[in-house]
Amino acid sequence: MTRADVPAPGRIAVVAFAQTDHRSADEGHSEVEMLMPVLHEVLDRTGLKTADIGFTCSGSSDYLAGRAFSFTLALDGVGAWPPISESHVETDGAWALYEAWTKLLTGEADTALVYSYGKSSPGSVRDVLTRQLDPYYVAPLWPDAVALAALQTQALIDAGETDEPALAAIAARNRAAATANSHAQLRGSVPQGQYVVRPLRTGDCPPVGDGAAAVILAAGDRARELCPRPAWIRGIDHRIEAHALGLRDLTDSPSARLAAEHAGAFERPVDTAELHAPFSAQEVVLRKALRLGDDVCVNPSGGALAANPVMAAGLIRIGEAAARIGRGESDRALAHATSGPCLQQNLVAVLEGDPR
Amino acid sequence: MSKEPVAVVGIGQTKHVAARRDVSIAGLVREAARRALDDAELTWSDIDAVVIGKAPDFFEGVMMPELYLADALGAVGKPMLRVHTAGSVGGSTALVAAGLVAARVHTTVLTLAFEKQSESNAMWGLSLPIPFQQPLLAGAGGFFAPHVRAYMRRSGAPDTVGSLVAYKDRRNALKNPYAHLHEHDITLAKVQASPMLWDPIRYSETCPSSDGACALVLTDRAGAARAPRPPAWMHGGAMRSEPTLFAGKDFVSPRAGRDCAADVYRQAGIADPRRDIDAVEMYVPFSWYEPMWLENLGFAEEGEGWKLTESGVTELDGDLPVNMSGGVLSANPIGASGLIRFAEAALQVRGQAGEHQVERARRVLGHAYGGGSQFFSMWLVGSRPPES
Repeated sequence: MTRADVPAPGRIAVVAFAQTDHRSADEGHSEVEMLMPVLHEVLDRTGLKTADIGFTCSGSSDYLAGRAFSFTLALDGVGAWPPISESHVETDGAWALYEAWTKLLTGEADTALVYSYGKSSPGSVRDVLTRQLDPYYVAPLWPDAVALAALQTQALIDAGETDEPALAAIAARNRAAATANSHAQLRGSVPQGQYVVRPLRTGDCPPVGDGAAAVILAAGDRARELCPRPAWIRGIDHRIEAHALGLRDLTDSPSARLAAEHAGAFERPVDTAELHAPFSAQEVVLRKALRLGDDVCVNPSGGALAANPVMAAGLIRIGEAAARIGRGESDRALAHATSGPCLQQNLVAVLEGDPR
Repeated sequence: MSKEPVAVVGIGQTKHVAARRDVSIAGLVREAARRALDDAELTWSDIDAVVIGKAPDFFEGVMMPELYLADALGAVGKPMLRVHTAGSVGGSTALVAAGLVAARVHTTVLTLAFEKQSESNAMWGLSLPIPFQQPLLAGAGGFFAPHVRAYMRRSGAPDTVGSLVAYKDRRNALKNPYAHLHEHDITLAKVQASPMLWDPIRYSETCPSSDGACALVLTDRAGAARAPRPPAWMHGGAMRSEPTLFAGKDFVSPRAGRDCAADVYRQAGIADPRRDIDAVEMYVPFSWYEPMWLENLGFAEEGEGWKLTESGVTELDGDLPVNMSGGVLSANPIGASGLIRFAEAALQVRGQAGEHQVERARRVLGHAYGGGSQFFSMWLVGSRPPES
């Protein structure tokens, strides 16, 4: 491929994925130490070296790290020498993947390294996330992420869309699935526990933990050279909703539906979906918005209820869906990532394997 | 099929000031966005996506403020992407937005960058103590002063060159209604008599802390054909990064900067930047970075950049005007500063720069850098569409 050519739409693929074993507190390691093995692993899977990569993009948050420019330390781990073409988004790594995808579409690069990481353990992530809210009218009240998710859950219960036993079943199903995922933090039988914020019980909430993930994208024939069964990105799109919760219908996710439409998710059924639903009730909202029937295998990895390293959990959904296609366990999968309070912003990618 | 050409059809910025106490963060960004839309004679519904950038979230004390700004920027129901690449972020944000048009993902994109430094204290936002790491000096000046000193020693430049840059940029700012500093009584003697902050950088040779925002409307060939005013065309754009510290790092002329410029020149067909580029808006937060970047960007041989400054080549009426707007030395809403360089470059080739317009500016370079002289983003814009 010459640099002037642009790849045909849909001819960009996820060719490798790696992630940490997500833990409640990775106390012995800094962010960059946590990330390094993942970067090595994802490069090893393709045989590429840092210098072979055309574009690098990462996602992380200074507020989690507790310092400005925290991503510059991670860049040292990448080994950005000689200098690299590189960018960073201050959000989940799924959006870094989106930026890298657009870069490959321009034809300026034919491979991209995408990574993201987050350590929630050093602080109280519940409190930290309140700093995302409207700084004048909402943030001063410190409504935390669990309390806001509880409001959303209560709205769903009031609308008759779910109830506490159904939510418990969602939590149990995700964690049962996670028994097959050695990277997951919460696996197997996990008690629903006491109320954290009514109607949410411990079991309805994601584990707090640290983790990192990395993905390699490649365009056209390059993807086939690097991977026996690339997961082709047939469509990817993201949409945002109003910030104020009072302006939104919390029982629905119009932004997820719109993103899915633009990503082509509704053109043909998917067999698998990896949803970034940190709270059990959010799976109810997303299944409805994304029109996922009972025949779709939802969160075979265990999803964010099994491991939720903030800023990486969305990228992990794309990686998990791609890995499943790579293993021949899926032919067409939907991957979803979210950002902001109560699913304010949503990204949907549709991945496909070559016909078998 | 090749990339879609990218055109700048709308430019808006706020009057940069020390503290915009009359508006919220949302009010500030909306003002710049509204002006860019007005310039392009477009409405919110014409915008397909919003790409927003700013420097660290600690500068306002709001985590991922784009979530809260979705409504103010008309982004509800649209894609909204947040970029953060340290001081180069304003430039990187425009390049990410341009990529969406070039890749034909969208046809018309609003890109915006801002900083409202008065909400917090940027100097201490930059100086958070990190356990087990050596404390850096307070603020950016302490970090960059030794590298300026290294340049002076290496090049043999006279001590006065920095003050010449500051004197020029502050005079240029008097012709730019959006600049933060309008020092009507500025003299070279005053610059040279100002207090020493971080030796060899004096108070008048440093950038101010500003509140401000800048927005651009980028569109494709068809969008440019409908534009009410002449568009600026993107001829090349690139980002390069290198690590903060490593054995052999050249802080005076980082390789990432040289590589980034070379990539832009290759895309734009620039063989000799000194001859082929008409003017430059470069990121000069401390006066001495003008001669340093003149060399790093290939406008002068190594050790010769200060001679261009000293001989008046970089003056507004010189042979290679630099920072016609007054530059970062005259307005520094940090996250927006890179985008303002990109926007001012576009204003020049559109012939819309008003009193600080350079005659016959056909190809102008916009430049931004950040971190420990490690993140670079640049674009070259022209008055005519790219040839390919």
